Amino acid sequence: MAYTKDQLLARLQELKIEFLSCDHPAVMTVEEQAKYVGHLGGALSKNLFLKDKKHRLYIISALANTKVDLKILSQRLGLGKGGLRMAPEEALPEILHVALGSVTPFALINESARSVSLLLDKGFRSQRYCLFHPLTNEVTIALTPSDFDKFLLSIGREPAYVDLEDCPVVGKDNPPDLAYLVPAEALNLQGADKVPPTSAPAQTNAPLEQKTKQPTQKPKEPSKEQKQKSGKDKPQINGDAVADSTNVEKFVEKVLEKISNVFISELTKQSNAEDGNIKDHVLEGVKQRVSSDLLSMTMTLKNSVYTQGFHAGIESTIYPLANKKIAERK
Amino acid sequence: MASTAGGETLAAPDPIADGRTEGVEEEQVVNPWEVSAKGGKIDYDKLVDKFGCQRLDDSLIQRFERITGRRAHVFLRRGLFFAHRDLSDILDAYERGEKFYLYTGRGPSSESLHLGHLVPFMFTKYLQDVFKVPLVIQLTDDEKCMWKGLSVEESERLARENAKDIIACGFDIERTFIFADFSYMSPPIYKNIVRIANCVTGNKIVGIFGLTLEDYGGKFFFPYIQAAPSFPSSFPHIFSGKHSNLRCLIPCAIDQDPYFRMTRDVAPRLSYHKPALIESKFFPALQGESGKMSASDPNSAIYVTDSLKDIKNKVNKYAFSGGQDTLEKQRKYGANLEVDVPVKYLNFFLDDDAELSSIKEKYGSGAMLTGEVKARLIEVLSEIVERHQRARAAVTEEMVDAFMAVRPLPRMFA
Repeated sequence: MAYTKDQLLARLQELKIEFLSCDHPAVMTVEEQAKYVGHLGGALSKNLFLKDKKHRLYIISALANTKVDLKILSQRLGLGKGGLRMAPEEALPEILHVALGSVTPFALINESARSVSLLLDKGFRSQRYCLFHPLTNEVTIALTPSDFDKFLLSIGREPAYVDLEDCPVVGKDNPPDLAYLVPAEALNLQGADKVPPTSAPAQTNAPLEQKTKQPTQKPKEPSKEQKQKSGKDKPQINGDAVADSTNVEKFVEKVLEKISNVFISELTKQSNAEDGNIKDHVLEGVKQRVSSDLLSMTMTLKNSVYTQGFHAGIESTIYPLANKKIAERK
Repeated sequence: MASTAGGETLAAPDPIADGRTEGVEEEQVVNPWEVSAKGGKIDYDKLVDKFGCQRLDDSLIQRFERITGRRAHVFLRRGLFFAHRDLSDILDAYERGEKFYLYTGRGPSSESLHLGHLVPFMFTKYLQDVFKVPLVIQLTDDEKCMWKGLSVEESERLARENAKDIIACGFDIERTFIFADFSYMSPPIYKNIVRIANCVTGNKIVGIFGLTLEDYGGKFFFPYIQAAPSFPSSFPHIFSGKHSNLRCLIPCAIDQDPYFRMTRDVAPRLSYHKPALIESKFFPALQGESGKMSASDPNSAIYVTDSLKDIKNKVNKYAFSGGQDTLEKQRKYGANLEVDVPVKYLNFFLDDDAELSSIKEKYGSGAMLTGEVKARLIEVLSEIVERHQRARAAVTEEMVDAFMAVRPLPRMFA
């Protein structure tokens, strides 16, 4: 069942989402759209409907002046170089149920689009209003970022905001940071409705493995995603974060690594100095440079260990009571 | 036992004026909900005079160093924490072997925190470390519910999220109790709230906070809630027996002074010590001296969630520079250090005194360029933000539960 613009707007009203709406002649580009809706004072979006080599589909919704480099995004998604292409024209009416020039995140309200992955420009979050087509390019609506999130959550989507302009080097030591956004299944373009509805849960489980393997390498992304997914995925993320922060071997490893790196660099720096007291200068330099980090790491260790002890204490009190109840019942 | 039982009369409270209820000639407004000044620059001397608190001078800083055996925190040395009330009393008592506890808080109005938000927490952590004293942290989810119209559930959620960033500042769980008003409200603290409420009329509240009868009643009641943690009997699970009348020191930004002026007025009437205060200036926004950083303008501050790229971009693009317009002019005249924001930031975040004065000297004379100063700032800020993000990633829901559990802190002075 394909949603119409009116059905979408009715749904927004049901969700108590306020939006401004502006009718205009059909527009095919952001520039044209700007002529009619510039006065709304919001951020225009450009929306790309893409597919990868395995026929998985993506909508990338970005602020009009964000630079979107498909080559880089392809690598960040783990699709290799040149893995992202424009989706075939038939996919628009079949999957998104919209016409050419009307690609919009709102199309994900359709059941047929449940396997389409949505990447949102993190720049949206700081905008007063975001502008999108409500399933037709003859209308533009403006709504606040938090209301937009509200809509996405209402259709079972966890909003995934990404720094689209970031260009991290993807390689052996740096796994693709957006790989968790790749849909779990591809869509067969003819008869897409027959695909079984298992994609949503699979999509949220995949990211956990990805992120927990690299807690120390990419602190910024996991903590951001952790915040967004904390509701659903709490146990797994916490399990591995705890394992890492209470692991004594890993701790010592990190400490030694930090000190050795800084030591070597201080040694090289000071060996150029003329003063004879190299030893003291080097040790002083090392101490200055690593103290703050080491203190922070060690406090984390202390707090994590206490936390485990605390919960063990609670459990050990409850355990005999719980067992007593069970024994009494028998 | 009031600390100045003989000497003070209740009829002469600390001067109240806060700018909100005074005449049109008021040039600057500083209160918990508004900070602004004509011409943009806050006159801290005038503020200290008007509020009636005292400036933190060098002799006090030296006393800190003597008592704690450590170099004073960079925020003290560079004058970010610049005013106080009764700090000397706290230090006197400490030297006599009488301990104290720390109390600070946060109003969880947004999920994203910036460096300005972290400043009081970074300083409080230093105080906890050097004095080895316990700390209570109040998350005023109820306040945000009342003032920002957030739902109860949303305020509670934000409080928990903010707690994680606060924990990431490195507080010691053996001496720290974090609580959110909605979940901690219980007999001990509620009784104190009512005791305080019985001492302060609505008229007084209007005078201090500028409320009117059009405002919802909760706003009149909230100041009593923010005052209550200043009294140790609000936390009998932590402060009992010989600690039941422990002194309290409150590190906070100076716009919170009105709450605690009121509290200090009330304390003697309830036979409690007056809480002491140590107060900070406002952290300058990236774009310059016009007031506080704003959570609604992401480019006015460095956020703890910013990537290294974001920091670089924000400092390069938005940090207000005191440098000259052209290379030639810069070399000839040097930079205006008075208005240069990167130098102000380095003033607070670059610990190395020698390096800082070298930068100021070279930049002021033109030997150094804006780009170089900004590059050094980016390095310094990146280190801080990265360290914070690493610590933040390790904070689990269980850890938050443990920090917020109502439990005794047996080794809080060890």
